[in-house]
Amino acid sequence: MNARPKFNKGDRVIVRMLSPQPHTRTPAYLHGKPGVIERFCGAFENPEERAIGRSGFPLTLLYRVRFFGSILFSTNKTCEADIVEVEIYEHWLQRDNSHAKT
Amino acid sequence: MPKPRIALTNLHDLSADFLSLTPVQKIGVAIQELLIEKGIIAPDELSQSINLIDTITPAQGSRVVARAWVDASFKERLLTDAVAACLELQIDIRPIHLIVIGNTSKIHNVIVCTLCSCYPRMLLGLPPDWYKSSAYRARVIHEPRTVLREFGTHLKEHAQITVHDSTADMRYMVLPIRPDNTDNMKEDELAELVTRDCMIGVKIPQLPSGFSTA
Repeated sequence: MNARPKFNKGDRVIVRMLSPQPHTRTPAYLHGKPGVIERFCGAFENPEERAIGRSGFPLTLLYRVRFFGSILFSTNKTCEADIVEVEIYEHWLQRDNSHAKT
Repeated sequence: MPKPRIALTNLHDLSADFLSLTPVQKIGVAIQELLIEKGIIAPDELSQSINLIDTITPAQGSRVVARAWVDASFKERLLTDAVAACLELQIDIRPIHLIVIGNTSKIHNVIVCTLCSCYPRMLLGLPPDWYKSSAYRARVIHEPRTVLREFGTHLKEHAQITVHDSTADMRYMVLPIRPDNTDNMKEDELAELVTRDCMIGVKIPQLPSGFSTA
């Protein structure tokens, strides 16, 4: 049995800055960036494991995460995208507690 | 007609065909031969898959869009569960997971795969070369408005842009807005307006020039 999804729609998360993997599906422009869970997508074989000849099991949970374009790039050029939505596996996400409920 | 497969059965008997291939193509042939030799795939399985991919054109996606334009309840089902909705039109894209994103007057959507070239092949066929280029993949996240302008697409100032980066297991297709003055058009005529680029999100459907709404 797979673990239940740790995050729900609307939860604030931060993309973890994991050490470089041989293969990852988390683009570098998102490392360390805060976002919001848009939806849970299901459980899938772990591509980081499969890339190095392993089975991909246990399955890993996948979410779509919504980011504001304005926080994605630190260049002096404004990001023209209002929203960027990206699929990210659960082990790349941590809860963002910087907006603690009062 | 099945595509001829270049066989690499004997390394000492390299055919002129094989020698004329680029290094990347040679690797492709070698991998094919290994997969067949090790019994992972059968030769006819391979040619069947290639033929299937070759038969899919963006017309498949256009059909889905046109149906959503004429049938509001289908549109709702398509936006909720795209795989099941496509099955209603005898389009079976399983085991691919598809999300269809609807453009609205406020939000325009565009699709990219920044990591490689993930693309809804079961609905649109093979991706165009520009979709796989590093320029498109890098720029459309950062400056989608400029990229769209280069495609000749000028969005209204207040329209928001959402970029969908298909990094993992989902595939995406954009459901464009039905153009004005198309009330009298039949479903198959509407489908003609829906080009591949509209379903990627870099263009918006246009009426043919000289089209009369009278």
